[in-house]
Amino acid sequence: MTTTSPPQTGELSLPARPGWPDETGHFGIFGGRFVPEALIAALDELTEAYEAMRVDPAFLEEFARLQRDYTGRPSPVTEVPKFAEHCGGARVLLKREDLNHTGSHKINNVLGQALLTKRIGKTRVIAETGAGQHGVATATAAALMGLSCTVYMGEEDTRRQALNVARMRLLGAEVIPVTTGSRTLKDAINEAFRDWVTNVETTNYVFGTVAGPHPFPAMVRDFQRVIGDEARAQVLEREGRLPDAVLACVGGGSNAIGIFTAFVPDDGVRLIGLEAGGDGVDTGRHAATITGGSPGVLHGARSYLLQDHNGQTIESHSISAGLDYPGVGPEHSYLNDIGRAEYRPVTDAEAMEAFALLCRTEGIIPAIESAHALAGAMKLGQEVGPDALLLVNLSGRGDKDVETASRWFGLGDREDVDPGPGLDTEQQPTEGAVSNDEAVAGQDAGEEL
Amino acid sequence: MSILAERIGAAKAEGRAALIGYLPVGYPDVDTSIEAMVAMVEAGCDAIEIGVPYSDPGIDGPVIQEAVDVAVRAGVGIPDVLRAVRAVAHAGAVPVVMTYWNPIERYGVERFATDLAAAGGAGLITPDLIPEEAGEWIAASDRAGLDRVFLVAPSSTDARLRSTTEASRGFVYVASTMGVTGARDTVSDAARTLVARTRQARPDIALCVGLGVSNGDQAAEIAAFADGVIVGSAYVREMLEGRGAEGVRALTADLAEGVRRAGVPA
Repeated sequence: MTTTSPPQTGELSLPARPGWPDETGHFGIFGGRFVPEALIAALDELTEAYEAMRVDPAFLEEFARLQRDYTGRPSPVTEVPKFAEHCGGARVLLKREDLNHTGSHKINNVLGQALLTKRIGKTRVIAETGAGQHGVATATAAALMGLSCTVYMGEEDTRRQALNVARMRLLGAEVIPVTTGSRTLKDAINEAFRDWVTNVETTNYVFGTVAGPHPFPAMVRDFQRVIGDEARAQVLEREGRLPDAVLACVGGGSNAIGIFTAFVPDDGVRLIGLEAGGDGVDTGRHAATITGGSPGVLHGARSYLLQDHNGQTIESHSISAGLDYPGVGPEHSYLNDIGRAEYRPVTDAEAMEAFALLCRTEGIIPAIESAHALAGAMKLGQEVGPDALLLVNLSGRGDKDVETASRWFGLGDREDVDPGPGLDTEQQPTEGAVSNDEAVAGQDAGEEL
Repeated sequence: MSILAERIGAAKAEGRAALIGYLPVGYPDVDTSIEAMVAMVEAGCDAIEIGVPYSDPGIDGPVIQEAVDVAVRAGVGIPDVLRAVRAVAHAGAVPVVMTYWNPIERYGVERFATDLAAAGGAGLITPDLIPEEAGEWIAASDRAGLDRVFLVAPSSTDARLRSTTEASRGFVYVASTMGVTGARDTVSDAARTLVARTRQARPDIALCVGLGVSNGDQAAEIAAFADGVIVGSAYVREMLEGRGAEGVRALTADLAEGVRRAGVPA
């Protein structure tokens, strides 16, 4: 794989890639291909087709057209001053991937991979999904481009994200609930790989994040980096300076890589990934892979993962289905180990506090995934002080999470829902925050959600 | 010389293909799985492919997955696997370990190689480790004198058949079909074609065919063109259905008759 930008044709251009991965897909010791031999030919085919496609003016034009006319790019940057009052006075800008068609950043990658599928002459796509956002995006692209589509989703997640299951089926996709293992995203990925190895002649695997075997981490990054490319230019234009820090939630890590990549060469810009801390990293019930895991091999690549002393994958826990994954993309492991990015855990309670706060103060319902990044901004703001400029990737919208949030905050009249811990016990207003009537408080916030 | 290659060569000298049976350690528990492996040896398996339980067995179908899930939940690990290796060696067959890569990396590649050799193990079959990623294992297996069995598949290019077989020692695992493990009614013609292509890539290494073989007739069919027949899910099915040592003994008898029926491979 080339590490510099290729010769440009016409007006469209591709930004230079960072100096990684190497041509066999390694980010230092991370990445690579730990897959059955049967898949190597398909991965080689994909790599070759992708490398040709990414410098093909016809593809670049089609991709740009879809991003503009179908997804609605560029997505705006929104300043959120009332939310920022809870961030130690730092200024907070949101990159609004929640406003994309289908409601999250996932569409950016899927359109690229769907075009690639057509180019290599395959007629069927498969995908894994956790929260359902990638599944919905894949089903959408498949409908748009006339591809047949099967989505694997852990049975547990089909319950947590029933709305997205219905959306996928409306779009014509087959949704297969996965009942093996922990019945979540990691098992959906296993099933998708099994389907792929069996049906590889007709089928392309549209992988949803910057994990998996080469070329997925590099390819998905290239398709997602539009987030940071746009945001960097937008922030420079409106502020005349770069942000002090860029924050994004990290499950597999595609929205984070998407917004980080453009800023990697900017040494003064801190890159901060927020991992799902679940009940707290010290409880063992979390999905904070880099914070609480160790290097190993899972789902085709070497990276940090949650594992026991036998090398068995440990089931992760997070209120956010999209972050509930015991692995992470290899580039994040690399950025962590070379010290270019920092990774911090955010608990369920902290994320839900930030979730409610953004709803209340700015009229934006974020995805619970993205609320982890917002919670990270609330903490970082306290550390860096009032002059800091923070850019947060709002990777998705929260419509899909309304049911989960209702249970968390004890909303509604339904007697069959477990109210769960409420804000009144879980949330303490941040020190130095604004007056109490502006701070989100317990049931009060809930009723207005 | 590799003890696996030696044993496969001895079978060939008897005018038959070698029979390799797979079971994971720890289903329904460690002791019962080891007893079953010993029964397979007594009934005629030349080598036992001893499976390391793993939480995310990407190339395995539902039968093997169901069994290893139980073993994983019970905390079965490398020390149990080494016990099985010693038992199989003591019973008189060649123990070769089948493992996804992460449990070995976690245990320590060098440490595992040393311990496996000390237990009398022949080497490793690595379904998710290709030679390009296997630098540490290749060095460790050279030092410890262990075999390394990589896989070839119908989709492998000729160039990959050459490089993969070149990196292999003991035998090459020929995956007969594109897909996951599990018994099939017919074993694809792809197996015959792939064996011929692989033999052309490297004529001097044994080729054993796995994926889908479940009875004596299929074993005979494969034995007509391959050096060894690998049977996995059919054995695991015997265990899942509670027939234990007696079940695997009967299956082995059928398969052992099958590999003798066909005559010496071409």
